[in-house]
Amino acid sequence: MVSSSLRIHELCKRYGDFVALAPTSLDVASGEFLTLLGPSGSGKTTLLSLIAGLAHPDEGRILIDDTDVTHSPAYDRDIGVVFQNYALFPHMTIEDNIAFPLKMRKVADAEARRRTAEALETVRLPHVAKRYPRELSGGQQQRIALARCIVYRPAIILMDEPLGALDKKLRDQMQLEIKRIHRELGTTIVYVTHDQEEAMTMSDRICLMNAGAIEQLGTPEDLYFRPRSVFVADFLGESNLLSATVRGVDGDGLDIVLAAQAAPSRAVGNGGSFAAGEPIKVMVRPQNLVVGDAGGGGQLSGRISGRLLDVMISGSLTRLYIAPETVGMPQLVAAHPTRSGAAPYEIGQLLSLGWHAADAVAIRDGKGI
Amino acid sequence: MGAPLVLLLALFLVYPVGQLLLLSVYGDNGFTLAQYRQLFASSVYLDVLLITLNISLVTTLVCVITGYPIAYLISVVDKERKTTLLFWVLLSFWTSFLVRAFAWIVLLGRNGVINKLLISLGIISSPASLLYNFGSVLVGMVNALLPLAVLTMLAVMENIDRTLPRAAATLGARPGMAFWRIYFPLSLPGVAAAGIMVFVTAIGFFIVPALLGGRRETMITQLIIDQVQQTMNWGFAGAISVLLLFVVFIVFAAYDRLLGLSTMTGAAAPRNAAPSRSSGPLHKAGDALLTLLGAVSDRILRLLPSRRRDRNPDQAGMGLQAFVWIMLLIISAPTILMIPLSFGTGGLNWPPQGFTLHWYETVLSSPLWTQAMLRSLMVGLGTGLLAMLIGTPAAFLLVRSDIRGKAAWLAFILSPIVVPRMIIAVGLFYVFARMGLIGSAFGLILGHTVVAVPYVVMTMMAVLRNYDTRLDHAAQSLGARPFATLRYVTFPILGAGMMSSFLFAFATSFDELTIALFATGGLNATLPKQFWDEVTLEVSPAIAAVSTCLFVFMGLLIFVAERLRRRAAAR
Ligand SMILES: Nc1ncnc2c1ncn2[C@@H]1O[C@H](COP(=O)(O)OP(=O)(O)OP(=O)(O)O)[C@@H](O)[C@H]1O
Ligand SMILES: [Mg+2]
Repeated sequence: MVSSSLRIHELCKRYGDFVALAPTSLDVASGEFLTLLGPSGSGKTTLLSLIAGLAHPDEGRILIDDTDVTHSPAYDRDIGVVFQNYALFPHMTIEDNIAFPLKMRKVADAEARRRTAEALETVRLPHVAKRYPRELSGGQQQRIALARCIVYRPAIILMDEPLGALDKKLRDQMQLEIKRIHRELGTTIVYVTHDQEEAMTMSDRICLMNAGAIEQLGTPEDLYFRPRSVFVADFLGESNLLSATVRGVDGDGLDIVLAAQAAPSRAVGNGGSFAAGEPIKVMVRPQNLVVGDAGGGGQLSGRISGRLLDVMISGSLTRLYIAPETVGMPQLVAAHPTRSGAAPYEIGQLLSLGWHAADAVAIRDGKGI
Repeated sequence: MGAPLVLLLALFLVYPVGQLLLLSVYGDNGFTLAQYRQLFASSVYLDVLLITLNISLVTTLVCVITGYPIAYLISVVDKERKTTLLFWVLLSFWTSFLVRAFAWIVLLGRNGVINKLLISLGIISSPASLLYNFGSVLVGMVNALLPLAVLTMLAVMENIDRTLPRAAATLGARPGMAFWRIYFPLSLPGVAAAGIMVFVTAIGFFIVPALLGGRRETMITQLIIDQVQQTMNWGFAGAISVLLLFVVFIVFAAYDRLLGLSTMTGAAAPRNAAPSRSSGPLHKAGDALLTLLGAVSDRILRLLPSRRRDRNPDQAGMGLQAFVWIMLLIISAPTILMIPLSFGTGGLNWPPQGFTLHWYETVLSSPLWTQAMLRSLMVGLGTGLLAMLIGTPAAFLLVRSDIRGKAAWLAFILSPIVVPRMIIAVGLFYVFARMGLIGSAFGLILGHTVVAVPYVVMTMMAVLRNYDTRLDHAAQSLGARPFATLRYVTFPILGAGMMSSFLFAFATSFDELTIALFATGGLNATLPKQFWDEVTLEVSPAIAAVSTCLFVFMGLLIFVAERLRRRAAAR
């Protein structure tokens, strides 16, 4: 098993006046699977190419296993990159493509052949060795790109939206494949994706980026259940965001009052600090919004009533779109598992909604910490 | 829709060339091989053929080797610098061969810049004779054909995926290795295409050897001109043409064997065509050679002081940039140096003295020159229009419909580029003489359209391929009838592309000498013909004035065409 830790210190990249990556620090532990997630143009590829040595930072340092590699050229870094468009060499056979990094490292021919075959086994494509890249399907090319990357066992592997071009089913398969390879080789992986579900299922930690900076770094649960900003709450999964004011803080819990409502309710903090009187947002995930008295009315903390606007059944989940009766409150989404034979909803029907205190997460309004 | 084009090529390409070839074997008494016996009787003509091949080969090598770094740099620099570099290449490309050859006469003359420079540097004491030898022909030929080589290679290099060399770097390849193992093999089709384009064009050249060469640099097309103009010996001209055509054919056949003709247009091999599974000893040797080259370059690179620290890995080295700019200077400078001389009172001697508009007045007050200008403009416009009218429908047909044998049709349409221009010209002369079209503008327009139409078809095909046909469908679904769709959707979007291919055809005609040499019949000269007549008679500053005008005119034309192209690309 080969893997290295990666440390990024105040790394910054500008294109003219435009800041593609604001000074950013990030530690990736040896053997970790870290995902860079974020909207288009948020600087994910920029960060990745800086790490790989394909672009040069304006400021900051990059350390691999505590060795400064900021100024090392790409070919000296021992980092593997799986490019978004695969970047297989069109004039070489699959075999030659995979053997290329070994050749560059002057690995003996026999050994190179053995390892190439092994890598092809790993990605389960031993029969395509003699073909050319254009004779493979997209998914197969993808796996070859992966094989070419793991064959020389780089200490760190970077992947830029490697599954971007694949259909849903192949994507799921490849996700499992990548996870398996990660488990077997124990390599440190930095992974870029647009797809939040992919990020949630694959990563040890997620680094959510926005406008060239890190918005939040943490485990998938952290980001999902304790978003540090409205942006994170909004970006990851569906959420209902309600305006509120803090009344008091005790331990991890908060007393709050929802805007345009008189009744006080409870919420939990997201790890940040709050002061009494501060305006905040309260996030309730759709599946935590309890419709009717199903959850046992007594224990519910918040309560809202609203009219049903629309119902959508998307397979396993039923989504309800609700307009609250309270003026100025945004439209809400509630979701629960689809049940067969349940009483049908009627559009326009008045529903009462509630949530448990533990499911209402307080977030500082505006930008997080 | 392709009928007019087929008719045009059949009447004014296939028929005349066929006639010429027939004339070589038909004498007054029927079939005869007398012409060929004469051709091979002495070594004179074979010697000329050997000289032609020698000059063409050296020219090709120099053009490809020096053009490669230029094309490479243009393909990697950012947009702004690319526009600048490309402008100089295009300016040179479009500046008349005549103007450039003439500029070298002046530059290399006894009182030219080079001699003056060498003397003032104390390298020589009296003017050396730099003209009328192999070197001066080579310089002229390279100057003439380098832009073509650069543009052909550029077409391939621009399509090489930029992430591939980067991917190689992450896989552990040093820059030299990444270049030789990855970039270079991928750029080879461009190199081959440039090689054959330059070689075939060079074989058919006569302007440069006639103006810059001595007797020992006579090329084969000059023999054809002599036969037609001096002795009116059609049969023998036909026989030489057959020889020339045969050589060109061999070259193409060899190319096809080695690389496949489909790489000619710079297009990569079709996606699903199985590549040849080359694992033979040749392939192995090539592999080893490239690896060796890579290792050697990396050794050398490592010896250089490391500037890598703060360098963007994508940026081109200073050495490369310097080389490219020097080459661009060499190919542009002669024409630019012509400008001050055309305003000087000291004739064509360097340095220019005084200031006068005398030469411009001489030219403008000479009816020969003004009529030639008018005629060239008229023929150019006519050619542009006719080539568009005939070429555009054919391009539509080739792109939009599923006609059988597309590759064969394409080869046929492109054949006017491949058949040496001189053979077309002589054949047309013969046919036009029969039809009474000699000296008529219409005949010239027809002839020029034959050679311009392939460019129109190619440009329009490229434009049409990029055109999203869903827009047409959208328009039709919104209620537009076919004509309205064309008028409101298709043409407005294709307009810029059509305009630039019109300009291409115009410029081809405006600069055409070979066909004009015969088809004008001594009267009604076009501008290049007038230029040629004057320059073979006497090298005068008036010609420098004409050169300057032509240079400026072409500069403007490229500027406009480039603007249009970018507007089209921006959509
Ligand atoms: N060479 C460049 N010159 C100028 N700006 C650039 C360059 N490369 C990237 N940028 C800008 O930097 C910002 C970040 O780009 P980056 O490619 O890192 O985004 P990303 O997060 O990978 O987006 P995506 O998810 O769409 O791939 C973008 O706004 C982009 O326009
Ligand atoms: Mg990206």
